[in-house]
Amino acid sequence: MMKIDVAIIGGGPAGLAAAIGARRAGIQNVLILEREAYLGGILNQCIHNGFGLHTFKEELTGPEYAERYVLQIEEMGIPYMLNTMVLNITRDKKITAANSGGLLEIEAGAVILAMGCRERPRGALNIPGTRPVGVYTAGTAQKYVNLDGYMPGKEVVVLGSGDIGLIMARRLTFEGAKVRAVIELMPYSGGLKRNIVQCLDDYGIPLKLSHTVTEIKGAPRLAGVTVAQVDENRKPIPGTEEYIPCDTLLLSVGLIPENELSKSADVLLSDITGGAVVNERLETNVEGIFSCGNVLHVHDLVDFVSEESERAGENAAQYVRGEHLSNKDGGGVRLLATNGVRYTVPFTIDPRNVKDKVDVRFRVDNVYRDKYVSVYFGDEREQRRRRMILTPGEMETVVIKKEMFLKYPGVKTITVTIEE
Amino acid sequence: MYDVAIVGAGIIGACVARKLSGYAIKTVVIEKDSDVGTGCTRANSGIVHGGYDAKPGSLKAKYNVLGQKMYDRLAKELRFPFKRNGSLVIAFDEKDIPRLEQLKEQGVENGLLDLRIAHKDELKELEPNLSENVYAALVVPAGGIVSPYEMAIAFAENAAQNGVEFMLDSEATSIDKKDGYFLISTPKGKVEARIIVNAAGEHSDEINNMLSEHKLKIIPRSGEYCLIDRTEGGLVKHTVFQLPTKMGKGILVTPTAEGNLLIGPTSADIEEKGNTATTMQGLGEVLEKARLSVKRVPINKIITSFCGLRPRTELDEFIIEEAKDVPGLINLCGIESPGLTAAPAIAEEVGRMIAERLNPAENKGFDPIRKITAPFRDMTGDERRAAIKENPDYGHIICRCETVTKAEIIAALRSPLPVRSLDAIKRRTRAGMGRCQAGFCSMRLLDIIAEECGISITDVTKSGGGSNILIERNKTSI
Repeated sequence: MMKIDVAIIGGGPAGLAAAIGARRAGIQNVLILEREAYLGGILNQCIHNGFGLHTFKEELTGPEYAERYVLQIEEMGIPYMLNTMVLNITRDKKITAANSGGLLEIEAGAVILAMGCRERPRGALNIPGTRPVGVYTAGTAQKYVNLDGYMPGKEVVVLGSGDIGLIMARRLTFEGAKVRAVIELMPYSGGLKRNIVQCLDDYGIPLKLSHTVTEIKGAPRLAGVTVAQVDENRKPIPGTEEYIPCDTLLLSVGLIPENELSKSADVLLSDITGGAVVNERLETNVEGIFSCGNVLHVHDLVDFVSEESERAGENAAQYVRGEHLSNKDGGGVRLLATNGVRYTVPFTIDPRNVKDKVDVRFRVDNVYRDKYVSVYFGDEREQRRRRMILTPGEMETVVIKKEMFLKYPGVKTITVTIEE
Repeated sequence: MYDVAIVGAGIIGACVARKLSGYAIKTVVIEKDSDVGTGCTRANSGIVHGGYDAKPGSLKAKYNVLGQKMYDRLAKELRFPFKRNGSLVIAFDEKDIPRLEQLKEQGVENGLLDLRIAHKDELKELEPNLSENVYAALVVPAGGIVSPYEMAIAFAENAAQNGVEFMLDSEATSIDKKDGYFLISTPKGKVEARIIVNAAGEHSDEINNMLSEHKLKIIPRSGEYCLIDRTEGGLVKHTVFQLPTKMGKGILVTPTAEGNLLIGPTSADIEEKGNTATTMQGLGEVLEKARLSVKRVPINKIITSFCGLRPRTELDEFIIEEAKDVPGLINLCGIESPGLTAAPAIAEEVGRMIAERLNPAENKGFDPIRKITAPFRDMTGDERRAAIKENPDYGHIICRCETVTKAEIIAALRSPLPVRSLDAIKRRTRAGMGRCQAGFCSMRLLDIIAEECGISITDVTKSGGGSNILIERNKTSI
C-alpha cells in the first residue's frame, strides 16, 4: 500500500494544474496517475492555436500550452506514473490502479478527480440507416489525423457544431478533404463564435442551423447522409431532405464528463452537468475528494480549466493539513440557477471559507440578447449586469465577493438568473 | 479432399462444425465474411425459447424443445454467456386469456410441463416495471437469454481446436457436382468435399439453387432493435413478449446475456438481402410498442440501434434434409426463429445424417471444453496481480469502458480463428463495446492489430472487405 498525500487522477491540463497547486501550497507527497503514455491529455491532439490567451497572454497551440505545465511539473519534481489506469476509488480514498508493473494500491490523504470528458457517440443519437465504417466522433478523427498522421476519409460532413467539430472541419480542409457542410440541430451553434468565423466562414464551409442527419447510407463504407431541416420541436420537416454524398461523418454532439470512477467512490453527480456536485472549495460530497476541469463541468477554454484546477490543488493541500472547515458543519449557502441559467459551479458556498471572492461559472440554455444577469442573496438583488448576448456555447461567470456575505448574514440561498 | 464442407459459419454452421469435430473426418467451414456469426446470428434477440410457440409436431417445435434443454451443459463446456431468466408472454385484456391458455396447451403438447398463467397481482411482484395495463401473463421458466455471436464464436473455436478448418473471406461463388464429390470455388481457391452442409442462412437458397432443380427462395424479413446501456439492464428480469401475431413474436423487452436491455424487433419483409439499414419508422415502432409492455423505456440510455434479418422461406418451417436430386447436399434452410434455440439440436441431427453416410470413427482427441482465460474485468485482485506478473500486457488497459487489457486483445488475435478486424476483436473481448463506443480505444486497437498481424495500419478494417478505418497518410491528396 502506497501512502500519498494528494493523489491526482489524470495528467491532462486539469491534473497538471492541480498538482502544481497542491505542491505550491506546500504538499510534497503528490502523485499524478495518467493512463496515456504522455502527460498533457487531449491538448496533445489540439494542434491548432488559441490556447493560453488568459493564462500566458499569448496564443499557443495545445501541445505548447501543455508543455508549459509539463515543464513546471518536471522543475518542481512532481512524480507521475504513465500508462497507468485507475480501476477503482473508494470513498475512504483508496485507489486501485493497473500498469505493466502490477496492481497498485494507494491510500490517499486527498484525491483530485481530473479525468476529463468523453464524446457522445453515434448510438446516443439513434440515427437510422446502415452502420458503415466512416462515422467517428470528431475527437477520434482528430486523434487519427493529428497524433498518428492518417486520414479517415476525403469527403466529410460534420454533425453538430461543437468546438471540436468546427476545428476538425478546418483541419481536414487543410489536409485536402472536402468538408461539405456542418449540420446543427439547434437554431444556434454550440461552439465558440471565434471558431465559427475562423474554422467555417474563412473556408466557405456552410453551417446549416436547424438541420439534422435523418439517415446514414452505404455499406461497408459510408456513401452519404440525408440531411433535413427541423421544426421548432426539432423534428425533421418532410420534403426538406437533401442527400449529401460523403465517406466520413464526424459527430460533434456533446461532451460527457467521465465520472465512472467518481461513482465508485459514491461521489454525488449533477444530472445537468454530469459532473460532481461541489462546494466553493471544489470538494465533492465525499470529504477529501475534489473535482476540477472537464470532469467537473465541460469548459470552453483550457485557461479556465487550469485556473480552476490549481485552486482544487490548493484546497486539497489545505484539507490534508486540516486547515479548512469540513462539509459536515453544513453552513453552505445553496446556489440556485433559474430562468435560463442551467447550472452553477460551485453548487454551494460556505462563506467562512471565502477569502475575498468566488468565481461562479454557469451556462445558459438558449441564446439571449440584451438581457441582464442578476444575482440575488435571498430575495435581495445584489448584482445586475447587462449582457448584449449570452449563448449556450460560452461559459459565463459572476463574481461573488466576501463583502456581499457580510452584507447578508445568515443568507440561505444565492440565485443566479436572467432578467429583462 | 474434405469429407464435409460446411457453407456458412453462422450459429448453425458453427454448431454443426463442433458436432462433426467429434468424428475422425476432415471438415472445413467456408465463410464469406471475415468472421463467424456475422449474418442473421449477429443481430437477433438472443432468446432461448421455451418452446410453447411452435406448432406441435413441426420441426420447429421438435428442435426448439430439444435444443433448449442442451443449453446449460453447452454454456458450461464452451463458456458463452447464457442465463435461464424465464420468459413472460403478456396479455392486456381479459379476453386474451383464452389465447394464453391456448399457448400454454401448445407448450404442454410440445413437452413443456411447467408453464402457468400469472395474474396482475403476482406479476407486480414478479416484474414491478411491467406496464399497469398488463392483465395476465404466461410464465415460461425454461426461457433463457444467450449472446448469439459469442455462442457462434465459442462453437467455432472449439471446433477449430478439435481439428475443423475455417476459411474466412471465402464466399462460395460456384459449386460443381463431380463424380462422388463437389468442387466449390472461392476467392481463396477451390475446395473439394464429399458432402456439403448448406448452412448459408439468408443465402442458403442460392447455395441449394447452384446444385438442385428443387429451387428454394429465402424471403428475408428484417427486424430492428434498440440496445440500451447496462445501467438499465435490470428494468425487467424476464424476457417480456407480447402475444404473438402472424408476423412473429412481436416486440420484446429483455435483459441480454451481457447485462444490457434490448427492445425489438420489428418485422418487415424486405426486397434486398443483406439490407440491414435501420429506418426511422422501424425504430419509432420499436419504442412505441415497447412502451406498451413496460412502465418506462429509457430512451436517453440507448447505446445503439441495429437491424437483423430472418432467413425465412414461405414454408414457415425448418428445412433439414438432403436435397432430393443432389445426394450429399444437406440443406439447412429457413432456420428462422426459434433457429438459435434449435441450433445445437439441429447439429445433432446433421451429425447423425453424416454418420449414416460416412460411418466415421470417433475423434479420440475431441475435447468438449473450450480453452479460454477469464476476462481481466471478472478477475479478483489477487488473480489480476498474478496475471500481470505472468504477462505485463494484462496491466495495460486498452478499453477503459469495459476494462479490456492488451493481453486479451492479443489472445483474441491469436485465437483458433484467424480474425483481425475491429469488430471481430470487439465481439471477442468487448473492447469498443462500451459507452464511448471505441472513441478512446480504436487508435490503440489499430496499432495492436497492425503490429500483431504484421500489416499496415491502413489495412486494418472495421469488418473486413473494404471497411478500412484509415485510408491514407495525411496530405496524400494534396
